Amino acid sequence: MWSNHVLMTNRHLLGIQGLNPPAITSLLDLAENYVLLNRSGKTQRDLLRGRTLINLFFEDSTRTRTSFELAGKRLGADVINMSVSTSSVTKGETLLDTAATLNAMNCDLLVVRHSQSGAPALLAQKVEASVINAGDGTHEHPTQALLDALTIRRRKGRLDGLTIAICGDIAHSRVARSNMLLLSMMGNHVRVIAPPTLMPAQIGSLGVTPYNDMVEGLKGADIVMALRLQKERMNKGLIPSEREFFAFYGLNAEKLAYAKPDALVMHPGPMNRGVEIDSAVADDPARSVIKEQVEMGVAVRMAVLDMLAREGI
Amino acid sequence: MLLFRKVMLATPDGIVPGELLVQDNKIADFGASLGRPDGAEIIEAHGAVLCPGLVDMRVSLGEPGYEYRETIESAAQAAAAGGITSIAVLPDSKPAIDDPALVRFIKARGEEIGSVTLIPYAAATRGCKGEELAEYGLLKAAGAVAFSDGRKVIASSRMMRRALSYASGFGARIVQHPEDPDLAAGGAATEGARATMMGLPGIPAAAEAIMVARDIRLAELTNGAVHFAHVTTAEACALIRQAKDKGLKVTCDTAPPYFDLNETAIGDFRTYAKFSPPLRAESDRLAVLAALADGTIDAIASDHQPRDADDKRLPFAEASSGGAGLATLLAVTLAQVQAGTLTLAQALALLTEKPAKWLGVEAGILRKGAAADLCLFHPDRSWRVEAGKLPGKAQNTPFDGRALEGRVLGTWKAGRRVFG
Repeated sequence: MWSNHVLMTNRHLLGIQGLNPPAITSLLDLAENYVLLNRSGKTQRDLLRGRTLINLFFEDSTRTRTSFELAGKRLGADVINMSVSTSSVTKGETLLDTAATLNAMNCDLLVVRHSQSGAPALLAQKVEASVINAGDGTHEHPTQALLDALTIRRRKGRLDGLTIAICGDIAHSRVARSNMLLLSMMGNHVRVIAPPTLMPAQIGSLGVTPYNDMVEGLKGADIVMALRLQKERMNKGLIPSEREFFAFYGLNAEKLAYAKPDALVMHPGPMNRGVEIDSAVADDPARSVIKEQVEMGVAVRMAVLDMLAREGI
Repeated sequence: MLLFRKVMLATPDGIVPGELLVQDNKIADFGASLGRPDGAEIIEAHGAVLCPGLVDMRVSLGEPGYEYRETIESAAQAAAAGGITSIAVLPDSKPAIDDPALVRFIKARGEEIGSVTLIPYAAATRGCKGEELAEYGLLKAAGAVAFSDGRKVIASSRMMRRALSYASGFGARIVQHPEDPDLAAGGAATEGARATMMGLPGIPAAAEAIMVARDIRLAELTNGAVHFAHVTTAEACALIRQAKDKGLKVTCDTAPPYFDLNETAIGDFRTYAKFSPPLRAESDRLAVLAALADGTIDAIASDHQPRDADDKRLPFAEASSGGAGLATLLAVTLAQVQAGTLTLAQALALLTEKPAKWLGVEAGILRKGAAADLCLFHPDRSWRVEAGKLPGKAQNTPFDGRALEGRVLGTWKAGRRVFG
């Protein structure tokens, strides 16, 4: 069962930044219970009965939104999905207008995805609900990092002392940021692998080791995480072509062979097969835990909703 | 008649205890002791400093075009509360100040209000669009003090060459916002650890250095005079120092946020600390201070940019840049005197004499016969900056909550008390 001895409590989950190792461990322990509960089929609980969870998505998403929806429903909350296409929004002004509307609806839990870094933090200042960041710009995606951590902990039996290589578009990845923060905070060796144009400035300040050479970066890794490469990065001229990217930074069996023999392959999805990951690796049941990540996603989000609804993280 | 007694006089020869007499709107006399002229109103201020009214060489006003942010009248209130009696006004308003009639309009508004002299810049290019030269000769004749596209960089090397060259014919300067627009495109914070952590697109310090280096070279080529607004980086300061040593017509200023704050002020997406150029790394802040102390930087300007809450309460990258700076200009600068970085005389010169000289205006110096533009402040008296309670309309200060020492007790414009 999750423990009460967490010193810091937050009303919102805006990022991994602001959490501490005991809080993360508590969350993962609680999520572990939900994994068992979900698998047993006894999913409907009434923990959040009468509470309203709103999925407020300013950016398209299928899996994250569905995962939160399922998590909310399994805990008995009333779940409402609001998709706000950014094209119809006159910039951020509606963000605060939306906050006012949500306050009027007495929303308890607000799950937000937005294309701008910091948008959930801004909303959190204005809404009465607990805000959960479901991905903001190139900033953070905390529940993704938590579900990745749970997946790793279950498979490896621990969440410290591991060598974890994160590969791909580090500069524009909120998944990478949250994972770097969480995994290094828990005492792992985190490496990031990217071409220099997709590596953020002073990345070493986050406590990770950067590599431009993927083979070097993968050597001896326990975990290999591939990130989604967005097409718009190429339009902006940060890399010359998909095939060049795949040749040097695509995760295939040949490159994976440099990692430990039992290294796990992860990907936050959705995958660009043949760009950042080869199908042979992505679909290899002995190595890939990509499907398990999705399952852990629901459990982790249930744990987050549970803790926020009860007494904060 | 007005007699200041027991004040510290900030004279060109140093800061000395003494008295100052104002008669017929002018400084009639000052010295150790002036006796007791009949009928003079007496202000006794133990230990307070009496200095020339501050000359703020770069201010954006909401008027014309953005009156919801600030009117000239409300800016004048803020200026008076900050001890400022002359402000040079950027031309990138709506419409841009690119026509002699508009230059005269800005001057006239200042005269109407009376508490502050408005010194207009005019656009370096028509509409501040960076494409065609503005009418420097006619604009200067109407009262424009120098030419600038305000917060917009004159991006094209060819345009900048022409501007410098053509302006040199009128003995005029070009004021540049030094930032390479390609490198800065889409950026919201200085590139580095903080921007990386927050997932904000970065603007490298090199964006400033590259434009400074280019324009120094163009000034050399054209024999023109270039002034770099709000320098923020160690690299830019070093380049300017070098250019000055070479004898080129290169000058620059900076603003309090750049020597008082660093990139960490943006904290958790604090848009009130969003600036253009962005707040930099601590090493850059220290380099700016060193450049102030060694005279590389010619003046401290408020770089006042009024914004209202709707401009700022947006996701960080979408929020408007700029801070209100009039009311805090003196006190934030004095913090460096308390810190021992600048002497009081240096700090005051950077706020009065030096910018006045640069602008070529009769102000910024205590001189017999000069208009009695004066600022009386107590260097040790403390106050707290509170957004929402600042004088004037613009409340977008990056210094909210800061305790500062150095309080303006009174401001006089041509002998008339306009604050305190």
